[in-house]
Order: sequence, then structure tokens, then C-alpha cells
Amino acid sequence: MIGSVETLIQLAHDNNSSIGRAMIKYEANLKQISEADVLAQMKHNWHVMKESIQTGIQEPKKSKGGLIGGEARKLHDYCAAQPNLLSGANIVGAVSYAMAVAEVNATMGRIVACPTAGSCGIVPGVLKKIQELDDLTDEQIAEALMTCAGFGMVIAHKASVSGAVGGCQAECGAASAMAAAAAVELRGGTPEQAGEACAMVIKNVMGLVCDPVAGLVEVPCAKRNALGASLAMVMADMALADVKSVIPVDEVITAMGAVGRSLPETLRETARGGLAVTPTGLALNKKIFGE
Amino acid sequence: MSEYSCFDIIGPVMVGPSSSHTAGAVRLGRFARAIAKELPQKVEILLHGSFAKTYKGHGTDLALLGGLLGMDTDDVRIRDSFRHAEEAGLIYTFTATDLGEGYHANTAKFVMTLSDGTVKEVVGCSIGGGKVLITELDGFPVEISGAYPTIIDTHMDQPGVIHMITGVLVDYGINIAGMKVFRQEKNTVAYMIIETDQCVPSYALEEIRALQPVLDVKFVKPF
Repeated sequence: MIGSVETLIQLAHDNNSSIGRAMIKYEANLKQISEADVLAQMKHNWHVMKESIQTGIQEPKKSKGGLIGGEARKLHDYCAAQPNLLSGANIVGAVSYAMAVAEVNATMGRIVACPTAGSCGIVPGVLKKIQELDDLTDEQIAEALMTCAGFGMVIAHKASVSGAVGGCQAECGAASAMAAAAAVELRGGTPEQAGEACAMVIKNVMGLVCDPVAGLVEVPCAKRNALGASLAMVMADMALADVKSVIPVDEVITAMGAVGRSLPETLRETARGGLAVTPTGLALNKKIFGE
Repeated sequence: MSEYSCFDIIGPVMVGPSSSHTAGAVRLGRFARAIAKELPQKVEILLHGSFAKTYKGHGTDLALLGGLLGMDTDDVRIRDSFRHAEEAGLIYTFTATDLGEGYHANTAKFVMTLSDGTVKEVVGCSIGGGKVLITELDGFPVEISGAYPTIIDTHMDQPGVIHMITGVLVDYGINIAGMKVFRQEKNTVAYMIIETDQCVPSYALEEIRALQPVLDVKFVKPF
């Protein structure tokens, strides 16, 4: 049972490997299959992720509820045309990919829940950008996805990865923390630094509420995927610069779980608080569902 | 809490937008199809709670129908389920309703009319993360998760029947992961749900079916 980041880091040290590689062993042992089969299965998931990025950028479409669509393409085009982006082409690129996947999800397209459907763009967005930047193979990215899985598992165990239980911090926050940890490992950081990146992301999303307009996975979900991708890139850089979280990562995750439980139900995916009950949010709900 | 797999976190591959309102709904449809054992002539789908309120925006209706048509949770044809249903000659209706107290917020009820005119009813709910629970079969309360191969049998409620049925499983080396027996009244019809670690071969099911007190046996693969 992997119940803490401390365990994850220990597992990596025991195997004299990255957390990602240690997780491949863990999964092979759990399922009683070969490590090659684990990696092949994860490569398949990566393939689906890349397809959703491409679909979202190349074939923008209105979402099922009609609230979003085409924003990823806009950002992608702006990123290509603007040589002097305020936040830099890497971040804006990762964000455009993340939003592309979130938009595909909202059109009933095919995605990989990561850890959930609502937060499905963050990990693929960040990893695709790093794959392009560092010219990495799909195997290397599949291994990074195993790093993501390890951190996701700890968050699911100690806190939650469900918006209905823990708010958006549990979905987009968890995804961002997973992506940041994997980014650190892809850039050659230590398991400890991956843990620091995870901690620093979660500190920055602590308390983020889940307040979907009309109850749909559209507004603000796609843009929260943008938040998650950009935050992951920045916190990965901070961890790689050897900046450390004053509060240890496992304590941060436990705190996130406690904050989630103390959020009022109106702010946990019920569409009865936050943006969902703004005048515009309510008007959109009425327009879509006629009530 | 059982141990997580990496693929519980990075996965499943699914069509959006929601694991509970879309992926879970597909699985409910797939279970209804397994119970019907054929594409029904007609289906009335009743939607309760959050399903009733938001089904259009989440494509829950498309997902339930897609599952009934045999599509899996990652099938991109789900967004065109209405057209596929029409092409397959399936008559369908959706009704937002209130099934009453005690039903989970994401509950759907299938009322299916089969080719021989019989009517089959399935009630199930989507409990989050794509997981589902079947709660009623033809009005009987049950609990089926679909995570394991599942035997669903109806038999006359009398001493020794469970022993006879599990005896057949022993003969074929099939391990029982979990089981539940439900009945409405003593000495009438009882439902038994057996979840197994192995798939149950058809000849084992035939043996169970041939047992005198057994009225009907169905087998559903993990769905």
C-alpha cells in the first residue's frame, strides 16, 4: 500500500531508481504482469492523451452544453504568432494543450481520466510540452505517467481526488501536483524534489472550490485545467531550483483532505455555490435546462 | 480501502464529459443489455435525482443508450447513440422522474420490452469515478457492482439450494468473491448474487440451471 509520499520516495531509493520506475515494479507486482506490459498499457493511455490534444487543437468544437469550445485553438494560434508572450511559450503551450483535452472531454470526445475527467487536460498538457522541448520518447513519458500515478494514489489515499468530496483542489489540484512531480523527474530532479513540487502545487490550490456552472464539466473546468498546467510548470521549476516546502508534503496533502471535508456542500460539485450561482451562471443554467 | 492500481489514477480511457454522469451511465446500459440478453424492442429509461436534472448537459441519455447498444465507455460513437438506436430499430424514451426516497442521486431505471413480449426492469446508480451499483432487478432489491464475474440466479426459497449451487462452483474450482441472497417472503422466490474470481463456463451454468429448485440463471461478465 502506498499511503504517503515518504513511502514513494523510499520505494524509489530501495530500487535505486526514479519514482516512475519504482511504480512500474509496484504495478507489475500488483497485477502479476510483466513490467513491459505495464509500460505498454501506459503507453496506450499516452497515445489516447496525445490524440485528444490533437483533436482539441485541430478540430475545435462547441461543447455538449454549449458553454465552451475553441479556446485552446485561440491560445495555440496566439502562442505561435506572439514572439514575446508574458508567461513564455512553454507555459502557454502546455496550457493550450491542457485546455484542448478539457474541451474534447466536454464534446463527449475520448480522453483519459487523469485523475478525473474534469481535470483530464493537465497531465497530458504538461507532459506533451516537455516531450517536445526535451525530445523525449513515448516510453519516457509513459514512465512519467507512472510517477503521476504514484502521487495521485497518495492524494487519493490521504485526501481525495473527487470534486464532490474535496472540491476542485482534489481534481485539478491533484492533477497539477501529479504533473509537477512528473515534470521534475523528467528534468532529472530527485524523488525528494518531485515531492517538493507536489507540496508546493497543493499549497497553492488549497481550498479551491468546485462550482460548475449548470453542473456541467465546462465552466470553469476548462480554465481550471489551464491553472493546473501553468502552476505545475512553475512549481516544477521551483523544485528543480531546490526550493523546498516548509511544510512537509505529506502534511500538506493531509491538510488538503481536511480542508476538502470542511468545504460546505454548496462548493463541492453541487452547482449550488461559487460561479454556478452568479447571475450569469444561473441565467446559463436556465438557458440550458429551462428551469 | 483496497490497493489502488496506477490505472485507477491514470484512467479509464473514456468519452467525456463526466465519469459519474457519462462513463458510469454507459456501464448501467451495458448491464441492462446483459440482463436482456438481446437488444430490446423498446426501452423506457427513467432518470432520477441529478440524472433527471442534468442528463442532457452531460450526455447521460446518450451514454445509457450507448451502453444498451453494447458500446463501451471509450466508444466515440456514444455521442451519436440516438442515431445508432434508430438504425438498430430500438424505440426509446427518456423521462425525468422522482423514484422516491432511498434512491441514489444518479439513478436510472430501464424498463425493457423484449422480442417475446416480456418486460425486464433494471435499476442502477452511478456512484462516482465510473463505478456503478445495480440496486433492483425486476423489482427485487440486489447489489451488483460489475467489478467481478457475476452469477444472478432465482430459485425457490428452501433449505439446501445454496449448498447445491455453490457445490457446482466447487466442482469447477471457481472461487466465490462475495455473495448475497435476497427474498421478499419465506418459501417463495429468492434472488442470489454470486461474485466470482473466475469466469464461469457455460456448462457449469447449465448444471446450476438443471438443479430442480433453480428457476433461472444469468451470468454477467465484469462490465
